[in-house]
Amino acid sequence: MAVVFSRPKSLSDVPFHYCPGCTHGVVHRLVAEVLDELDICGKTVGIAPVGCSVFAYNYFECDMIEAAHGRAPAVATGVKRARPENIVFTYQGDGDLAAIGTAETVHAATRGENITIIFINNTIYGMTGGQMAPTTLPGQVTQTTPYGRDPKVNGYPVRVCEMVSTLTGTAYCERVAVDCVKNIVAAKKAIKKAFTNQIEGKGFSLVEVLSTCPTNWGLSPEKALQWLRDNMMPYYPLGVYKDTTEENK
Amino acid sequence: MAEKKLMKGNEALAEAAIRAGCRCFFGYPITPQTEVAAYMAKRMPQVGGVYLQSESEIAAVNMVMGASAAGVRAMTSSSSPGISLKAEGISYLAGCDLPAVIVNMQRGGPGLGGIQPSQADYYQAVKGLAHGDFRIIVLAPAGIQEVVDLMGSAFDLADEYRMPVMILGDGMLGQMMEPVAFPDSEAPVLPEKEWACSGTKNGRKKNIINSLYIQPAELEEIVKARFERYAEIEDKHAMSESYMTDDADIVLVAYGATARIAKNAILAARAEGIKVGLLRPITLWPFPTKALKALTSTAKAFLTVEMSMGQMVDDVRLATECARPVHFFGRTGGVVPTPKEILGEIKKISGGIK
Amino acid sequence: MTDLKILIAGFGGQGIQFAGKLLAYIGMYTGKEVSVIPSYGPEMRGGTSNCSVNVSDAPIASPLVVNPEELIVMNLPSLDKFEAACESGAKIFVDSTLISRKGVRSDVEYFYVPATGIAGDNGFANLANVVLCGKFLKETGLCDLATAAPIIKKLVPAKKPELYELNMKALEIGYGL
Repeated sequence: MAVVFSRPKSLSDVPFHYCPGCTHGVVHRLVAEVLDELDICGKTVGIAPVGCSVFAYNYFECDMIEAAHGRAPAVATGVKRARPENIVFTYQGDGDLAAIGTAETVHAATRGENITIIFINNTIYGMTGGQMAPTTLPGQVTQTTPYGRDPKVNGYPVRVCEMVSTLTGTAYCERVAVDCVKNIVAAKKAIKKAFTNQIEGKGFSLVEVLSTCPTNWGLSPEKALQWLRDNMMPYYPLGVYKDTTEENK
Repeated sequence: MAEKKLMKGNEALAEAAIRAGCRCFFGYPITPQTEVAAYMAKRMPQVGGVYLQSESEIAAVNMVMGASAAGVRAMTSSSSPGISLKAEGISYLAGCDLPAVIVNMQRGGPGLGGIQPSQADYYQAVKGLAHGDFRIIVLAPAGIQEVVDLMGSAFDLADEYRMPVMILGDGMLGQMMEPVAFPDSEAPVLPEKEWACSGTKNGRKKNIINSLYIQPAELEEIVKARFERYAEIEDKHAMSESYMTDDADIVLVAYGATARIAKNAILAARAEGIKVGLLRPITLWPFPTKALKALTSTAKAFLTVEMSMGQMVDDVRLATECARPVHFFGRTGGVVPTPKEILGEIKKISGGIK
Repeated sequence: MTDLKILIAGFGGQGIQFAGKLLAYIGMYTGKEVSVIPSYGPEMRGGTSNCSVNVSDAPIASPLVVNPEELIVMNLPSLDKFEAACESGAKIFVDSTLISRKGVRSDVEYFYVPATGIAGDNGFANLANVVLCGKFLKETGLCDLATAAPIIKKLVPAKKPELYELNMKALEIGYGL
């Protein structure tokens, strides 16, 4: 019988620790498929963050480094500058990338570091049990915004792609989602482009992936996907926010 | 060894690092160590190395972590307030078993403090740099040639024991100029680091650099193994200089620039017939406990001199097990003690002994 | 037996640090132990500037000169500040173009050198520091002009050979006073 579906070689043969219905697993697979298709696993170094994907170092077959909270782009910079021949990516959540690590993110982008950032936006701190994230939507209830996020008190959500796209050093940034097959296909295309850019030396590439957190949102996996479409997509529109790589062709 | 050059401490330190094989430097400007960064910016491109000015001290130490994890000799330097920012990263370096060299050219504190020489970061460097059960090796040179000589040891020890090593200097050491000679080699041949993350090349199992161990028993085991290495370091690598201690009734204990000033006071005291010597710790961790303990059989009293309100004096008391009185004299805030002040303290103690 | 504990002080921009380096280089190239410590920080930018220099046959203990045995001052505030700190028997070199008052101590030796005036008259207005160094060499016996010449040559940037001539002339005039 023909095998029609198998685990990518770049994905380790271990069970994920993620909650049922969490979309981290989908994005991990997409990254691993891209590493396979570009045949770069053997020269790739991944940087795992702090947050739900803290154990990402167990899930990819490439060399992996576990960074401190928010510091993955700085660690990635160190690796890439020391070993320009390596392919270096970070995999970060919204708290890691857009709160405690904002400076590292912005400055890696503005330096035009030739690295790839996969940014998971699920509007919440998952690992610590569902607190407000920098991307939590106005009115959204979390453990630390029990009456809903009030912008007068907590400010407004950070739109990362919009922000990063204003920086000259950014080569490419795109927001995608993993809520349905069509969007997952588009997400993979974006991730592949972000790695291809690095191979071709085109500079800083960031893919923001709108993701779900059924556990902390208190929704079933299916309802979580619908919540993403109804609430996140209007605030965080999908699309390419910057792409200088096409102009260079 | 080539002809001697007159060089500023900060610049000599940077050159020595390059000659020790350091090929990545990440830093952020802060007085009084900025010349390290400026020198690196000029020299690194000439040797095919990396100099990068980071957005913060925090980013700098994490860039060091990345470069070190990739198997390259890497360092960062700063002065007191910047080291506080690097503390997080140093804990991660220790937890990840990564070699790195961190330079602290101390200035007065706390807070923004001042910019003049100080030794008020002794506790920070030696006792409590950041969270967790860990140690770093702390080297305290007292002159520019010693800075150069210890730089090679710093990188070698960091690699051998896979841990951070700090050069603990002060503003005076960073800013002063003295003649120095460098080792001839610009690029020592270094052994391959099999643990490094520089790609599996599809030929080996992946390497993971990590400090997270969710199971307490596993973490305990790893920390204990690390402490076995620390015990070996304490046994093998404590360094100190003894100066006129053989017949000394009073032994001064001072490190770094303060030890230089103490020597003037000792010469002045001896001119007046008071038998004084100096035990100068060169490694602050491991502390030269054995050398100090041995002196309790001949010395009648100890006098610790520091540019702080008294930090190393605790370790002197522990090392001597309070077998003899341990006195303290210090100036702080960037004020440098004078030989005369120290001589005054020596006379007070000497009067008490007689 | 050489054991110089030198403090050089003036305004930023008068070449205080260069004078310190010059004396230290002379010490180093004549086989002595040397150290130099500049003042540093905001005071570098237009304020007062000073520099501790040790030149000795023996290893330098404290590099910081608190009680100078040789003092070179190029402005009044520096004379006011450091005159009293000098050791008894000290040699004090005063730029008398810029400092009109005389020294007040009877246990030290003063040398009044109109260095800034001399430098201006000879067309090297920014080398008053070197004129003072010339006088310093003469009075301390640190070295003679023939010994100093190749050392000055090493210090001057290869691209600006004319600076060697000017520095030597300044040093000679100071030495000849």
